[in-house]
Amino acid sequence: MTVSTTVSAAPWLEQKEQQPLVQIRGVTKKYGEVTAVDNVDLDIYKGELFCLLGGSGCGKSTLLRMLAGFEDLNAGTITIDGVDMADVPAYERPTNMMFQSYALFPHMTVEKNVAFGLEQDHVPKFDLADRVHDILKLVELEDFKKRKPKQLSGGQRQRVALARALVKRPKLLLLDEPLAALDKKLRKQTQFELANIQDKVGVTFIVVTHDQEEAMTLSSRMAVMDAGRFKQIGTPTEIYEFPESRFVADFIGSANIFEGRVTEDGADHVRVETEFCEVFVDHGHSVKVGSKIWVALRPEKIRLEKSDEVAEGPNQTSAIIDDVGYLGETSIYKVRLPNDEVFDVTMPNQSRPTHATQRLTWEDKVKISWDPSSAMLLHS
Amino acid sequence: MTDFTEDMPEPLPVKQLPISRQFMRRIQNSWRQIVTVVPFLWLLVFFLAPFFIVAKISLAELAIASPPFTSLIEWTGDGIMTIRLVFDNFVYIWEDSLYFDTYLNSLKISATSTFLCLLFGYPIAYAIVRSGPVAKPLLLFAIILPFWTSFLLRVYSWMGLLADQGTINNLLMALGIVDEPIRMLYTEFAVYIGIVYTYMPFMILPLYANMEKLDNSLNEAAADLGSRPTNTFFKVTLPLTMPGIVAGSLLVFIPATGEYVIPDLLGGGNVQMIGRVLYNEFSRNSDWPVAAAVAIVLLIILVLPIMVFQHYQGKASEEQ
Repeated sequence: MTVSTTVSAAPWLEQKEQQPLVQIRGVTKKYGEVTAVDNVDLDIYKGELFCLLGGSGCGKSTLLRMLAGFEDLNAGTITIDGVDMADVPAYERPTNMMFQSYALFPHMTVEKNVAFGLEQDHVPKFDLADRVHDILKLVELEDFKKRKPKQLSGGQRQRVALARALVKRPKLLLLDEPLAALDKKLRKQTQFELANIQDKVGVTFIVVTHDQEEAMTLSSRMAVMDAGRFKQIGTPTEIYEFPESRFVADFIGSANIFEGRVTEDGADHVRVETEFCEVFVDHGHSVKVGSKIWVALRPEKIRLEKSDEVAEGPNQTSAIIDDVGYLGETSIYKVRLPNDEVFDVTMPNQSRPTHATQRLTWEDKVKISWDPSSAMLLHS
Repeated sequence: MTDFTEDMPEPLPVKQLPISRQFMRRIQNSWRQIVTVVPFLWLLVFFLAPFFIVAKISLAELAIASPPFTSLIEWTGDGIMTIRLVFDNFVYIWEDSLYFDTYLNSLKISATSTFLCLLFGYPIAYAIVRSGPVAKPLLLFAIILPFWTSFLLRVYSWMGLLADQGTINNLLMALGIVDEPIRMLYTEFAVYIGIVYTYMPFMILPLYANMEKLDNSLNEAAADLGSRPTNTFFKVTLPLTMPGIVAGSLLVFIPATGEYVIPDLLGGGNVQMIGRVLYNEFSRNSDWPVAAAVAIVLLIILVLPIMVFQHYQGKASEEQ
């Protein structure tokens, strides 16, 4: 498996000749001494659902607010649909934003909130009523149109905010933590709903989130941000399976990261020497023999079996179970390697353990191993 | 049929608290009652009782006595009690156009002053809300600062500023802008200046409290939906600051209507306001019953805006 064999609905690959909908070039934002966004470049294509993922204070919201026109740029340019946004005020941009707090007008009914944007454009009355009705139908809030925001639940308010932002059919919809205020169950349900709605209306979405699971579920492409810079941009699969740095490998999902030294660099394979075993990777990587490198292994990609023998050969080592966490669908094992490093290994509980002896438990001697395709090599 | 009562679980025994705890609890409970009684007592002693005394006086007749009015209740021997309610004072106020005109003038002056306070106070409050973390407390302090000085002293200083030979006129003449002093003191203009100056904090502070709560993301949302700043002000900011506008306006309008010191010192005899009339009846004419009637009528006129205020407050708390 290589990076280039991605799914077909990938406008960033197909439309390379076309102009991206959003072009961000060298954009920098400083608040006094603090650089919130540091010289970033990004292209977003029409129809994408793009996620900006990062911890708090990484600059993702600032970037979104610059797209909306709420923040000035210290340097760089933002172009939307070929138009430089430098002198375009927020109220004239072809973007609409869904706020984290929803920012619904408390003195207006649901209907009035949704109609507000259309009224600014002087949409004729009959057309306006139709469009408000259609969008409220899409978010299933027709019965609530006479209510005030205070009389709605959190999930309903979230949908009003979405309807209000969508009704103007913007070229670009900006969503700031759209699901953060919902409880966990509703959030999971709404993730798919949001993706479906995006699919239906065909508007380009840029979603800011700190929740990696949300970003993985929603996005067609995502950018991982840290300290005002992009750490990696790619599809969820690319980012999860081919992280470029320890930061990304650790931020998205969990990873066992350890150091090694490259001993062999072939066109279709790489060998890395580590403290406890040799790591063999069955695809090429641009590395230098003798250089220091980091290897990351996802806990679910490691096999675990009971074994008293000393494991020898590449991609395997003996270990002892230090701790077991039973999570229901999976179990998480903390295994101690010969060099005292501790790895996380998760295994699905596919069958009920019928015998106590079948179960892996504390102090069991085990062998861990992984496929040659599983180890991820990281340069930084 | 079986008797189900047998199956019923025995009621749990009520847990007896130790005597000392019971005693403490009783004290706590009585404290709670006392605390709620205090505001009622306050209202009764300092508001309702004086009000009834004034109402009583307004229904009496002027008499050469001390205090100078007749008693409502008289014992005419044989154990008969007569109550005499004299409505002459109210009829007199109604028939003499002086009072009617003065009430009207008071309302005109206080309404105009309220409007002026709102006109200047609203942008000031807005600017304070939008100011930085260093400037904000300083600006708020500057609004409250005048209260440190005596109200009377501040009005006297305005006299010094506005007089024919006062600071402003001297300055204007020294600069050669005018040849003879502009008459400002003892005009309605001076009264407006006095009232707007004095009552401005009462407009700004409720407005500030209201605006401070406003979420700036509402402004951003409006802009994002294509609304220009002026439109956002009228469609979003203004309706949401209405409770502050109503509160501030009433806090200015109600006391300004009955204002005595400012029209007396800055308006002189040229500006008739009901506060001055009331004072003259009471003090110079020693006609307590008519003065009391004037006060009662003023109260009735002002109850209306208070009710509007209550209505808005009720609505505002309902929405939250």
